Amino acid sequence: MLKDITLGQFFPGSTIVHRLDPRTKLVLLVGYIVALFTARWFVTYGLVLAFLLLAVGLSRIPPKTLLRSMKPLLIVIVITGLLNLFYTSGQVLVQFWIFRITREGIVAAALMILRITMLVCGTFLLTYTTSPIALTDGLELLLGPLKRLHVPVHELSMMMCIALRFIPTLMEETDKIISAQKARGADFETGNLLRRAKAMLPILVPLFISAFRRADELATAMECRCYHGGEGRTRLRQPRFLLHDFLALGLGAALVAAVAILRTMGL
Amino acid sequence: MHPILETKDLRHVYSAGTPFEHTALDGVSLSIFPGEFLGIIGHTGSGKSTLIQHLNALLRPTSGQVLLGGEDIWKDKHFTRQARFRVGLVFQYPEYQLFEETVAKDIAFGPKNMGLQPEEIDRRVREAAGFAGLPEALLDKSPFDLSGGQKRRVAIAGVIAMEPEVLILDEPTAGLDPAGRESILDNLRRFQQAKNAAIVMVSHSMEEVAANAGRLIVMDEGRVFADGAPAEVFARAEALQQIGLAVPQVTAVFLRLRAMGLSLPPVYTVEQARRAILAAKEARPC
Ligand SMILES: Nc1ncnc2c1ncn2[C@@H]1O[C@H](COP(=O)(O)OP(=O)(O)O)[C@@H](O)[C@H]1O
Ligand SMILES: [Mg+2]
Repeated sequence: MLKDITLGQFFPGSTIVHRLDPRTKLVLLVGYIVALFTARWFVTYGLVLAFLLLAVGLSRIPPKTLLRSMKPLLIVIVITGLLNLFYTSGQVLVQFWIFRITREGIVAAALMILRITMLVCGTFLLTYTTSPIALTDGLELLLGPLKRLHVPVHELSMMMCIALRFIPTLMEETDKIISAQKARGADFETGNLLRRAKAMLPILVPLFISAFRRADELATAMECRCYHGGEGRTRLRQPRFLLHDFLALGLGAALVAAVAILRTMGL
Repeated sequence: MHPILETKDLRHVYSAGTPFEHTALDGVSLSIFPGEFLGIIGHTGSGKSTLIQHLNALLRPTSGQVLLGGEDIWKDKHFTRQARFRVGLVFQYPEYQLFEETVAKDIAFGPKNMGLQPEEIDRRVREAAGFAGLPEALLDKSPFDLSGGQKRRVAIAGVIAMEPEVLILDEPTAGLDPAGRESILDNLRRFQQAKNAAIVMVSHSMEEVAANAGRLIVMDEGRVFADGAPAEVFARAEALQQIGLAVPQVTAVFLRLRAMGLSLPPVYTVEQARRAILAAKEARPC
């Protein structure tokens, strides 16, 4: 069950999407999200979707994997869809009890579902094709100017890097602990809410203990290697903008511009 | 004799349909008999841990069957749950699964889940602690105040307390000092004899399995590479070396001596080697 959650997972590869500079990808993602929220009607949505499909196609990440990562969000999507379906006023198609389905409601629900799905897919595509280290490096470089304002950019990105790095580890650990307690007959599936909450204890206690132990060990290991923050620290891999980065950024800019213009035309 | 546990053409594929797809088990068929001490060896990634998690229904096979007492372990929900009690599984580094306030409570977790009476649970906790080599004085302590070796014994006791017919352990001695290893193995043998339970021990120490197991299964790349008595398996020293496993050191020495023309029997423990050398010396006094 936990294996379905692939948040923060990285699928190594050497496609053009993998090779783009992480800064490019972060900026593209921001542009993509802006375009997605600017999009209004089918043409603009179609453009953004085409951009997403292009990126997915180039990355060679199986669409099935990408869609599977939506599973934990299914409830959110369904609820949002239903709210849009029932609470949009307009030309009534069906009416029963207190519910009323309008033509506009159907369209709004469909577009909203599409928007959330595309938002999640785009974000996941970034983490799937970018290693946590590259991602945080990119973020640190992009936010670098904020250091002047005494924002602890390096510390924040290091924290994010560690968090991303340990998500899969903790998932694996959780899986292992669940299996070990199941082997002793633990039952997580039956009983009322209180019983189920209590059944989580044998998982949570060892998990917390092990998370703290890992944090402790990591801190020691970092200190042993003389880590003392970002001051004067150099990088093993200096990211560099290449031709494909400029092309990708150009494409992203074109997307945002096109969506913005088409929107004013009501498309 | 009928096997207590059996696998039939077991296959397991991890993360099917993703770039991480990996066939961890590929057609494994084996039998485990009541009361035997079975050793499973193989190098890292050969599928040992995956295999044993099928034996108590923690993992569902991609294809193939696991039979417990002749019945499919997945035949219904109730039977699957019972199977987890009848086939006890101690994970690798089990000390990280402890969670209760006291050692006694932690050991009681399994029996409690079985729905036993408090007196019976208490009896089992005491008995299991004894089998695992834990002094009574530790029972009321917090498991988090114990040493690493003691914690592991608590975890083993927690599974023994369910009185399984088959006790499976994944590298139970990994990371322990030699004295600790010997003592845990000793405890396991005592439990096996007292309850006539089958023991399946996963290990990558040849010496360890050679000295304890009555039968050996060698895993390689998700398949059974060899299955037989230690003497039979270790006789294929070269084949073992080819899949990256070594025979016990004494066995290697004796194979070399035999190659040099000395007539010595094949051995796989130091004790056997001692006797063989003494016998050879008597036959040919220098
Ligand atoms: N949860 C999992 N998801 C994906 N692959 C796994 C998982 N567990 C094990 N594997 C893979 O299956 C193979 C067999 O692993 P395992 O059964 O743990 O071997 P062993 O215990 O002999 O070292 C390894 O290649 C391992 O990488
Ligand atoms: Mg293993």
